Amino acid sequence: MRKIAFLLVVAVAFVMVFAFSGCGDRETVIKVGINAPLTGDIPKVGEGTKYAAQMWLEDIEKAGGLEVGGKKYKVELVIEDNESKSDSAVKANTKMITQDDVLVIVGPQSSAQAVPAGEVANNYKTTMISPWSTNPATTLDRPYVFRGCFLDPFQGPVVANFIIEEFGFTKAAVLYDVASDYPKGLAEVFKAAWEKKNGAGSIVAYESFTTKDTDFSSQLTKIKRSGAQVLFTPQYYNEVPLIVKQAKDLGWTGPIVGSDSWGSAETVELCGEPCYGQFFSSHYAAAGAKGATKEFIDRYNKAHGYIPDDVAALTWDALRLAQQAIENAGELTGKIETDRTAVRDALAKVKDFAGITGNMTFTEEGDPIKCAVIVKINDKGEYEFYKSVCP
Amino acid sequence: MDYFLQNLINALQWGSFYAVISIGYSMVYGVLMVFNFAHGDIFMLGTYIGFAIATLFIAVFSALLPTWVIFAAVVIITMFLASWIGVFVEVVGYRPLRQAPRASAAITGLMIGIIFETGILIFLGAKRLSFPPLMESHVYNIGGVYFTNIKVMVIVISLILMLALHGLIQKTKWGMAMRAMSFDFLAVPLMGVSINIIAPLTFAIGAGLASVAGILYGQAYPILDPYMGVLIGWKAFVAAILGGRGSIKGAAMAGYLLGFIEIFVAMVFPSTFRDLIAYSIILLILTYRPRGFFGMEYSTKLRL
Repeated sequence: MRKIAFLLVVAVAFVMVFAFSGCGDRETVIKVGINAPLTGDIPKVGEGTKYAAQMWLEDIEKAGGLEVGGKKYKVELVIEDNESKSDSAVKANTKMITQDDVLVIVGPQSSAQAVPAGEVANNYKTTMISPWSTNPATTLDRPYVFRGCFLDPFQGPVVANFIIEEFGFTKAAVLYDVASDYPKGLAEVFKAAWEKKNGAGSIVAYESFTTKDTDFSSQLTKIKRSGAQVLFTPQYYNEVPLIVKQAKDLGWTGPIVGSDSWGSAETVELCGEPCYGQFFSSHYAAAGAKGATKEFIDRYNKAHGYIPDDVAALTWDALRLAQQAIENAGELTGKIETDRTAVRDALAKVKDFAGITGNMTFTEEGDPIKCAVIVKINDKGEYEFYKSVCP
Repeated sequence: MDYFLQNLINALQWGSFYAVISIGYSMVYGVLMVFNFAHGDIFMLGTYIGFAIATLFIAVFSALLPTWVIFAAVVIITMFLASWIGVFVEVVGYRPLRQAPRASAAITGLMIGIIFETGILIFLGAKRLSFPPLMESHVYNIGGVYFTNIKVMVIVISLILMLALHGLIQKTKWGMAMRAMSFDFLAVPLMGVSINIIAPLTFAIGAGLASVAGILYGQAYPILDPYMGVLIGWKAFVAAILGGRGSIKGAAMAGYLLGFIEIFVAMVFPSTFRDLIAYSIILLILTYRPRGFFGMEYSTKLRL
């Protein structure tokens, strides 16, 4: 008897669990997945992503939900931590697509995670927008994967041209992490672009290290000896301060130039004075911003106490792109597979979207056409708009 | 020539860290015949303690006391606090498993290490911290060789630490007890030397050394993250093996050698191949000298 009673309780519990989880929420709730590095190597990037997403959700809630085909839908965020690891990013995407039934995914941010995670999203035919990933492989031959920023191959020549125009240098050195997709890809593109302008052999030192290394003295000694006039290092904020400081300690006096991975607010916080006066290419610059960009910066600063970095701004744009795509998708059928494809088609058609990081129009590949900004770290440690470089 | 000298200084600094950290592995192995795999994370925790003390002292005393007094105080207090981490690891992780199979005792260290990493992650968040400079950095240039006062300080303090440890082990009663224990841990307790005192003492000294290495590391590479001890811990472990298990002199020498190999391989070959070539060289050394530089014959050890 007790056994039967027990079984009955279990059975009822099961039914209830299924009844509640399946309970037609799908009809009125749109779930948006966020795949972000909340812990791991670059938690600051994850934090910016999360804050931007929460601000976006606030706006939606204030408007009473998202209007699609004349019907208001509630929006829910599903935020998954990818620990800044590729396999976790893949798992997070799989979970959000197969278990949470998200309509679109925003993230992952770094190319190292976005490239493998994009594969999953594309296989499941779910729209994914990576706000920050600049590696071409993220969207290549993946109709369901988009991005909110320009590409590595675009940044390489932009930085190379900027250095040549600004300083007139002919010899450059590169220092990059050989074990990470983003720096490696960008280093190669920069080298190709530089040598195209200055001839073969004009990259006088092409040095590398591996993730987690902290001592770059022997590479930097080599770079210094090579007679390079400028050092290009497309690294993240946890390595940039070490590289810049050690270079100065070894008597390096030339400029050190980076890419958008420098753009995190922590770079200057950790690096301090040695980083003042250096340049990097980026998606936006906080100092000197106007209009909607300034509005976003002020609001973020008020809520979280610091100026948002490019990740937050790009995430904001990516979410608003997703919003526009959902709104343009016509009617939602409630059948998640059909709706996902409808959103994808609507997103591909977005033209001249006015983002806070610039106007965007998507190409066939799902990459936006937009301008890059050269940022100078000024004497107060702020990221100052220096120059805009368009394709 | 200046190029060579520059790399020599680079290697001396980098090797100092390996040397001081690898000694911690070697000492514990000498006494307990297990490797303390938490040592890399003890180094990490020591650096965080140093960070806390340094931040506090700079905030409170920077106007009152000269730099070197603050520096000395930070080192001594950090060393004292960090040695208790060593005691904790011994008492919690190793003592209950002293009679357990060797493999179980070896992985307790790994587990404690992971607990430390995630503990820091939970309490302080994953945010990187910047170690405050305890002294102003000056760059000197002698004949094209660039070095900073911090580089010199790292090298000198590491050497002083190792000499002091050598003195402690060779000249004091405690040192004698430790040496005796590493010679035969069955007979020595019968003479009235308790392993329950010597073992935590060994862990404490190792942790104290690692924490000073952490402060110096914080001056040279001022970015702290919860996983900073993993890679350097593993490499220092390689040095401890290369030096001969249980040999402190060997660990120190192998630590420097490892630093030299890493730096000079990158000087001669493309830096992409640095670790590949560097660790192939070490593999080769171990192939021809499996006991490392100063390792004892297996048969002379009672317990193996």
